[in-house]
Amino acid sequence: MNTLRVSLLSTMILATLAACGSGTEPTPSAPGTPAAPASGAPVSQVIQLDGSSTVYPISEAVAEEFQIQNQGRVNVTVGVSGTGGGFKKFCRGELDIASASRPIQKSEMENCAAAGIKYYELPVAYDALTVVVNPQNSFLTTATVEQLKQIWAPEAQGTITRWNQIDPSWPDAEFKLYGAGSDSGTFDYFTEAVVGKAKASRGDYTASEDDNTLVQGVTQDVNALGYFGYAYYAENQDKLRAVAIATEAGAPGVLPSDQTVIDGSYVPLARPMFIYVSEKALARAEVKQFVDFYFANVADLAREVRYVPLPPEAYELVKKHLAEGKMGTVFHGEPATAITIEDLLSREASL
Amino acid sequence: MTVALELRQTIARAKRRDVAFVALGIAALLFAACTFVALFLDMVSDGAARLNGDFFTQFASRRAERAGILAAWVGSFAVMIVTALFAVPLGVSAGIYLEEYAPRNRMTALIEININNLAGVPSIVYGLLALGLFVHTFGLGASVLTAGLTLALLILPVVIVATREAIRSVPGAIREAAYALGATRWQMVQHHVLPYSMPGILTGVIIGLSRAIGETAPIVTIGAVSFIAFLPPPPISTEFPFLNADWLASPFTAMPIQIFSWTSRPEEAFQANASAAALVLVVMTLLMNAIAIWLRYRLRRNLNW
Repeated sequence: MNTLRVSLLSTMILATLAACGSGTEPTPSAPGTPAAPASGAPVSQVIQLDGSSTVYPISEAVAEEFQIQNQGRVNVTVGVSGTGGGFKKFCRGELDIASASRPIQKSEMENCAAAGIKYYELPVAYDALTVVVNPQNSFLTTATVEQLKQIWAPEAQGTITRWNQIDPSWPDAEFKLYGAGSDSGTFDYFTEAVVGKAKASRGDYTASEDDNTLVQGVTQDVNALGYFGYAYYAENQDKLRAVAIATEAGAPGVLPSDQTVIDGSYVPLARPMFIYVSEKALARAEVKQFVDFYFANVADLAREVRYVPLPPEAYELVKKHLAEGKMGTVFHGEPATAITIEDLLSREASL
Repeated sequence: MTVALELRQTIARAKRRDVAFVALGIAALLFAACTFVALFLDMVSDGAARLNGDFFTQFASRRAERAGILAAWVGSFAVMIVTALFAVPLGVSAGIYLEEYAPRNRMTALIEININNLAGVPSIVYGLLALGLFVHTFGLGASVLTAGLTLALLILPVVIVATREAIRSVPGAIREAAYALGATRWQMVQHHVLPYSMPGILTGVIIGLSRAIGETAPIVTIGAVSFIAFLPPPPISTEFPFLNADWLASPFTAMPIQIFSWTSRPEEAFQANASAAALVLVVMTLLMNAIAIWLRYRLRRNLNW
């Protein structure tokens, strides 16, 4: 009687475990392949996209529209692991598409090559990295790249802390800095463009991956200076003021706008954003369909979420590259700033 | 005379201290209660306008007024089911074994200390463990199953400790009476200890689950997605064998992730969405706690020792 009970119980536990075990079967055994539907009811395909939080609003908008149009036949998930986190997953074969707010780096290219993952590098839109100050700040209307470098360079840590150290005509007051967290592509790009070396930055500033935290900080402090993507400035124009950027002393300052980004005058802080599509994923009909949909609609959708679309001929070129199977990155793993659209599309690619 | 006066003074002093302590206690209580009420009211005033039927039946969207929490609450619900399915049998069995069967030796003491320490391990550590073990080694991906297992690990110590506390509160006389009638240990546990300690165990389980439902760090770590506009496939199908486990392998998002994603949006309107979603999450947690209290009350009523 007693032993019967025990054996019954253990059978039940085993059965439960077995049931759970069978539940895990449909998960992909080989990374990168979609969850294979079990026999029976048709399970829709899933396209996995992950990466930059800056590109997220665009990808989300495209995914939303794509799913409305498809009525659930093809599903898309969009994650926010950051540019670096996205590439890590992408080069392990866990993603179909990685989004990035900077070009792929050398170490990431090597990871992808080691895993045998080939990819298309497709620029989707421009973002204008915006340097902002508190609206009550009356003196800082234009900053040169050199001045920004003085403020943000690693050597400035602890020594450059007051406005008049940068320009004697500026007030004798301590400034407070707000910037991107070190995991973000925004941080990589800003440091490369301003300091001249990716990831080289002073550490004594308020760093956050959440741009709203930075907006709050600059809004509440008269002596604050911060940088983040244009969308966050655009939504908070009543609370923030953008600083015009001059490439060198004496040069005219340029404010971020659609116009200055497109005509190439907002340098070096206008930056292209990309999606990287793996070759293997693109061979799947639904991924091809999604990428085609992406580039047919990204111009409108990017503008809606406050980014600057590429000119139409650029999107045509992207489609041509896709059709011709032009794979690899045009940056060869080197950090690049002040990239013009022509640059992007005419350079030779490497994997 | 003077002795009586001194005595009276001593009594008066002691009474003043008594009053002072009551005042301190009430102040502490008010501070905690007011903080919660203030936060709650702030959430209500920000988010109440967004709470309508559509908010629960629509997926996330780039347009704040069109965005809803369908994927998030279904995801949270599915994950909680998996968490409960794993944490409850494992935790309760471990608790019973430790309390009723395990010999009192160093090994047991070591295990006990470890369990108590595990209850204090930061949740992100469980997330990292799950990323290495479930996502990469077992290849389960960022699925409902992975998240459920991760959160089950997280609340396992809570369930074990609650089970043990509940079992310990069953009087020894009951056990002895059962043995006296010739019951085996398992019969004693099954017929007496378990039913009597059920209210305490259930309370512990639900408190564990209400902790799990608000956890963000571990499920972000395993790679839950931020945008998802479809639901896991239903667990019941029309064809044989009528049940399918595909939902376990499905990608998902959860309430805390949805809230976090909305608070980091540039558009002001999403802040109202975040408040509304947070409000829903708080109400979900309160509901779970209410169920725990109700169950405890119901089950205790049936006990008469």
